[in-house]
Amino acid sequence: MKASILDVPRGFWSLLVGMRITLTQFFKPVITVPYPHKTLPIPARYRGPIELTTDPATGKALCIACKLCERACPSDCILVDGVKLEGEKKKSVTEFKFDFTKCSLCGACVEVCPCDAIRFSKNYNLASTSREDYLFDLVARLPAEKKQP
Amino acid sequence: MIAPTDIPDRTNLQETFVLNLGPQHPAAHGVLRIKMTMDGEYVTRAEPIPGYIHRMHEKMGENRTWAQFLPNTGRVDYLSALHYNHAFVGVVERAARIEVPPRAEFIRVITSELNRISSHLVWWSAYLVDLGGFTPLLYAFDDREKILDLLEAVTGSRLTYCYFRFGGLCNDIDDVFITGTRAFVTQMRPRLKMYRDLVTDNIILRKRLEGIGPISAELCRKYGATGPVLRGAGIAYDVRKVEPYSVYSQFDFQIPVFPEGDAMARYRVRMAEMEQSLRIIEQALDKLPAGPVMGKVPRVLKLPAGDYCYAVEAARGRHMVRVVSDNKEIPYRVKLRTPSFSNLSLYQEASKGMILPDALALLGSLDLVIPDIDR
Amino acid sequence: MSFLTAEPVRLLLALVCIMAFVGLNAAYLVLAERKGAGRFQRRPGPNEAGYGGWLQPVADVAKLLSKQLIVPPGTDTILFRLAPLMVISPAMMCLAVIPFSQTLVARNINVGLLMVFSFGSINVMAIMLSGWASRNKYAIISAARVVSQNVAYEIPMLLVVITLLMVTGTMNLSEIVRQQAGWFWHWNLFKVWVNPLMPVTFVIFFICMLAETNRAPFDMAEAESELVAGAFTEYAGMGFGVFFMAEYANIVLGCSLGTVLFLGGWQSPFGLWSGVVWFLLKLYALIFTVIWVRWTFPRTQFYNLLNLSWKILIPISLFTLLLSSAMIKLF
Repeated sequence: MKASILDVPRGFWSLLVGMRITLTQFFKPVITVPYPHKTLPIPARYRGPIELTTDPATGKALCIACKLCERACPSDCILVDGVKLEGEKKKSVTEFKFDFTKCSLCGACVEVCPCDAIRFSKNYNLASTSREDYLFDLVARLPAEKKQP
Repeated sequence: MIAPTDIPDRTNLQETFVLNLGPQHPAAHGVLRIKMTMDGEYVTRAEPIPGYIHRMHEKMGENRTWAQFLPNTGRVDYLSALHYNHAFVGVVERAARIEVPPRAEFIRVITSELNRISSHLVWWSAYLVDLGGFTPLLYAFDDREKILDLLEAVTGSRLTYCYFRFGGLCNDIDDVFITGTRAFVTQMRPRLKMYRDLVTDNIILRKRLEGIGPISAELCRKYGATGPVLRGAGIAYDVRKVEPYSVYSQFDFQIPVFPEGDAMARYRVRMAEMEQSLRIIEQALDKLPAGPVMGKVPRVLKLPAGDYCYAVEAARGRHMVRVVSDNKEIPYRVKLRTPSFSNLSLYQEASKGMILPDALALLGSLDLVIPDIDR
Repeated sequence: MSFLTAEPVRLLLALVCIMAFVGLNAAYLVLAERKGAGRFQRRPGPNEAGYGGWLQPVADVAKLLSKQLIVPPGTDTILFRLAPLMVISPAMMCLAVIPFSQTLVARNINVGLLMVFSFGSINVMAIMLSGWASRNKYAIISAARVVSQNVAYEIPMLLVVITLLMVTGTMNLSEIVRQQAGWFWHWNLFKVWVNPLMPVTFVIFFICMLAETNRAPFDMAEAESELVAGAFTEYAGMGFGVFFMAEYANIVLGCSLGTVLFLGGWQSPFGLWSGVVWFLLKLYALIFTVIWVRWTFPRTQFYNLLNLSWKILIPISLFTLLLSSAMIKLF
């Protein structure tokens, strides 16, 4: 009985303490970022859909179409093909089809590649209304003037 | 407060009706369906019907190589994905006798404990939204944002991490992470105190949770409930102390246990666990050794034939992975023993005779993640 | 020109102004609540519609007006349409006796306080009617809960007001405000030499006002509707809009009553330059407190709510009543 009577002022005091906390938060600045008017910087290791890397000297894709990424992918997203051009020691990639609807961004392809030919992009603006927009053709997405002959 | 035992058993009367807490709720539980047979306001039978997000992870385990199954582990319980990563990586390392460098073990502990804090913050804020207090959600997500930013800078993902690899980690942490984590720990302690003042000591919340949803230790043992549900019933069982894995035996931390067994006890267990996780992170940062983060792993991984298991203390309870291997690249069987499944199974017996809002408060206090139940 | 000063014309003008006041308040209090909620939660609140979100209520009203007014089959046709009207008219009528300043009062009735409380009870009946007319099992249960909540909290409110009446000796609201002239310690809130528990009385009044208007933390009737339907589920579009408007009108009414009774109405805190500005300042300070309380606390449970009223507030208000009558008798 006594505990429940004492509970009333103690309980009321806890309400006032709570109200004071929310009032102090009221006067603090806003912590949300008004996206899309402002965007946040993307960290270096962010996992966006994969893209092919190029050799900075020649502009050619580094991929040698060894198909290790195709085998490592748990979700069968990747389809790679290449031809061996004359005078080259390794194959050059001619086709790299990437189905982003199945990708889980696990990073197996990036890690298993022997020549660092794949990396995660930082592209997060991926909304679309059709499924075909997510069947990426990574060779076509290479910078235009540096496409291999 | 009407005790559940005072209600006479009236399931056989014609006046009961079925209320379907459908797979879609406004309350943030996920796709769980609970068929409640109600007598007016009182729940006479609450039958959970899981399966709406059954994605056959265990079957996928039989069709993928050991390394290809790793992304699946993060999707089973997306809120504490690193713990589930750890369990699968641990079982493979135990079976194939792969050495993990100490630096990798320490980083695994640090990131796992950060993940535990962020999971408990989501539970806390969603539970309070269920109870009608919307503001703490925003405060908790402010803290959680800092954790997610730290982990994003290291792993590249914000929620479904796939960071651990057999033998170590995917990539190493840098000084930015270390200073950021220390700053986070420093600013989190006063925030936990603020949460205590704002919510835990609040008379309205106390009246809402004290004495509600009693789960006795007997009931937990009967259904195999683990985690904060068990520790809120008075039993000090935590996998990190009972079967220490990784480097947890090197840290000094406590297991919060509260004997009352009601929703408030489970609540307090989780809030105290956040505090203890901060302690572990601090000690791990202090003891972090230098060195490589990847051990020697054979190029083509085949586990020797046999039965192996590994248990971790995930945010929701004891998570154990059991694999059966027949010396191939692909497992023969992957079994995921998930805590939410066992925690949910006691719901039918625990919620008998409760008034409906109390039954919902009990459901929230169990901290269920539905893909964890359905896998 | 002389007809413009005639009493009926002045009354009509005043009533139109009150309806405009209620309407504008209802619309912009929603915005104020959302922006206030945003600020408490460290986020901006609505800021896309119009600069800073000032056109958001316009967008909300346009949305509600454009919805089809569905009347479900099987409902009681007259009561279903009557209930929204019955909810909003008492709030507007009661505002007719509230003195906004020395001269701005629509009708200065000698029993103004009695009129406010008697019309306030119509609100409860209207919610019950809306729940009943919906012919929805959950709506009826929810409406019954609202009625029991409102009845439970009317009692401490009336006890507290009677305590106040002992202090003021009159039911005329303008007279009550005039008695509080002078510096702020003359306000009824601080008259502790008459009744030492006057601040407690004000707190009880505030809590009862929150419960009467079904505001958080006492809003389980409309918010338990997450699971089971609330009393207003069957109303679509503007019907629901009117209930919403009525809730905010009731908040305005309750807060202005609190201002007039306890905080000195239009009196300024230092005795000079009294006027409608002070009334509005105090009114909006109280409304800010109502919003502040809503976004801080979780919802009470139904039996806790009734326990609070019957077991805690009524004994305390009875005690203050006895204390105040004893003090008046002795001193």
